[in-house]
Amino acid sequence: MKPILIRGGRVVDPSSGLDADRDLLLRDCRVLAIDAPGKLNAAARQDSAEVLDAKGLIVAPGLVDIHVHLREPGQGYKETIASGTAAAAAGGFTTVCAMPNTVPVNDSPEITRWMQSPERNAQIRVFPIAAATRGSMGEALTEYGALKAAGAVAVTDDGKPILGDSIMRQTLQAAARAGLPVIQHAEDTRMTGGCSMNAGALAFRLGLRGMPVEAESSLVERDIRLLGELKDSRAHLHVAHLSTAKALEAVKRARRNGLHVTCEVAPHHFVLNEDAVAEYNTHAKMNPPLRSEADREAMLEGIIEGAVDSIATDHAPHAAHEKEQEFERAPNGITGLETALGLTMAVLHGKYKLPINRVIALLSTQPAAVLNLKGRGSLAAGSFADVVLFDPKKQWTFQASASRSKSKSTPFDGWTMLGSVAATISEGRIVYRA
Amino acid sequence: MPKSQVKPRKAPAASTPQVFAHHPSSLLSVADLSLNDVSSILKAASALESEDPLKRMKQLFKRRVSLLFYESSTRTRTSFELAAKQLGADTVLVSALSSSIEKGESLKDTGITLRALGAECIILRHPSSGAPYVLSRATGLPILNAGDGMHEHPSQALLDLRTILTHLRGARPAQVSETTLKGVTVTICGDIFHSRVARSNMLLLPRLGARVLLSGPLPLLPETAASTGPGIVIDRDFDNALKQSQIVMMLRIQAERLAGLNLDLDEYKQRYQANTERIAAYAPEALVMHPGPIIRGLEITSEVADGPQSAIADQVRHGVAIRMALLVRALSSKTSGRAASKGKRK
Repeated sequence: MKPILIRGGRVVDPSSGLDADRDLLLRDCRVLAIDAPGKLNAAARQDSAEVLDAKGLIVAPGLVDIHVHLREPGQGYKETIASGTAAAAAGGFTTVCAMPNTVPVNDSPEITRWMQSPERNAQIRVFPIAAATRGSMGEALTEYGALKAAGAVAVTDDGKPILGDSIMRQTLQAAARAGLPVIQHAEDTRMTGGCSMNAGALAFRLGLRGMPVEAESSLVERDIRLLGELKDSRAHLHVAHLSTAKALEAVKRARRNGLHVTCEVAPHHFVLNEDAVAEYNTHAKMNPPLRSEADREAMLEGIIEGAVDSIATDHAPHAAHEKEQEFERAPNGITGLETALGLTMAVLHGKYKLPINRVIALLSTQPAAVLNLKGRGSLAAGSFADVVLFDPKKQWTFQASASRSKSKSTPFDGWTMLGSVAATISEGRIVYRA
Repeated sequence: MPKSQVKPRKAPAASTPQVFAHHPSSLLSVADLSLNDVSSILKAASALESEDPLKRMKQLFKRRVSLLFYESSTRTRTSFELAAKQLGADTVLVSALSSSIEKGESLKDTGITLRALGAECIILRHPSSGAPYVLSRATGLPILNAGDGMHEHPSQALLDLRTILTHLRGARPAQVSETTLKGVTVTICGDIFHSRVARSNMLLLPRLGARVLLSGPLPLLPETAASTGPGIVIDRDFDNALKQSQIVMMLRIQAERLAGLNLDLDEYKQRYQANTERIAAYAPEALVMHPGPIIRGLEITSEVADGPQSAIADQVRHGVAIRMALLVRALSSKTSGRAASKGKRK
């Protein structure tokens, strides 16, 4: 693989606090050196490196998405690891963590390894997240040590929350021993049977059963209580796609009490509110659902004040025919990998003036830290050569039809985005170029 | 979706879903109708009702109307069918149990098939809220919502309005405005949560100036119901609501949609049943309505349903006139018919 010199860009690396004009030399899948403009020219010549001109561009650690559904094994008609990671690369991501609700469920070291095999043709690094219980049935734990050895970076029953106190306690304990975070899709499904959107006046008006915010917050509170009772400082609870002010309050409280609780918020939860489902738009149907304006504002506030650790897309592709159904029948989930940076830049940076280093921290450095992904989310010498180059001022229009994902289901079709990816480099290979 | 409908918009906008242009003479929700539209429909209903039957046959002579029914129905289906036939239209009934829907054919494909067979308008009854929107997006045809899940039943609200106006004024109603029902209080009582009839009436009647009181126990009437629109108030004391009302709409408890709710029926009857004693004590002058089907002895007793204050049969009669007006509206607008059947919209 040819070395790469990235020249003339503004390097923003939250892992070292760097925000300055720097050149970057990548070699052997790693960041070899980072130095003042021009200082690496000689070394690059010696290596006969390929030169990327990054003038006017931000050079940042490749984005890290700790919540995606790549649908393989078993549901290649929705997405494949190849198509999902191609979409990720186009969106500036160099690392994605794949949820285990595949067919069959990824509850074994074999499937975990299968997902990482070169034959899957992943464009970027894929870290599987394994099922916390066998078949995600919430009954018997999987083998966390073996799963970790096979490459799993966390355990979860995403989509099928772990409801029983006893099994959740065992999960937290065993995961702590294995050194894995437990990711919970916090939804008390006893409160959400038959529900397809957020509870409230709009759900009533549309004649749809609504999921109350308490379905999320009560399970987050329960998990935090169990974590507190455990008294194992290694135990780490990560709350997936947090969507309500009430649950965010619980996370903040837990952290004040010294518990290791982290959380992520999806772009759609800070960009859209439940009004987007008007006219039964199945491209705005996901779980957790789009919430009230007050909850959306709470997500924004939580991100800006630093209470939210990570932005994660919950990229959940579905086939066209599945989304063209009656609202209640259509499956939950929208794509997110190609719109995450553009929406985050447009809203958090463009509108709320969040500095770019915070945007990068939320989309790269912090998610890498949440799942303890060593050498990711950083441009320090020795890190993986995972880099995104993007023009922070360039506006562009997202066309769902042009998406690299197999799924075109998104509420952001035709939206103006800010921040256009010029190139994505994964472990030293250029995997996307605009 | 054609490219021309994908409008670039400025991010960040908090809530701007893609809006599909439904056929302008579709009726998916009463919210689609302006008060002028309501007036025209009421006028047309009266004109069609009193038109010579033979002349009326020419209104939609040989036009093709499909009735697509995923749920059972007596009143709505029959009255739409009679309305279409009285206008000379050919009707085809497709019901879920005797069609390829049973084999798993999607709503989209069923719609495309009906359009290919020449349907110029589809009347849809469906158990899922919002299904008419799916059908409209799939076919581009004028769609008349004949009841979708817990969402709406707009033709019922219009026939209820015609019943109310006829009762209050003693003449066939025509022009309506924001003040037509000023000073009129309508109580809707019963299983409001599951009722598409309640939603359509709650959205329509306050726009004409009516005050709407909702009455029922918490599981069947969530607090959020009052925020559906202005002019809607919850009064769980049915007797108190009755005292203030000129119109009372009783609703059936929809056992098929209860989904695990436990309801004490004896207590329910005690508090919310329309029976002779209660009506005589609190609303001796009020018009008692019910969209049907009624469960005698539960939400309403036989004495009240068959009594002098009952408008239940009138409602059914008004239904045919209103549905004739809706069909003429759907099929005579310039954008309907052949152009629409080729999938062209707007």
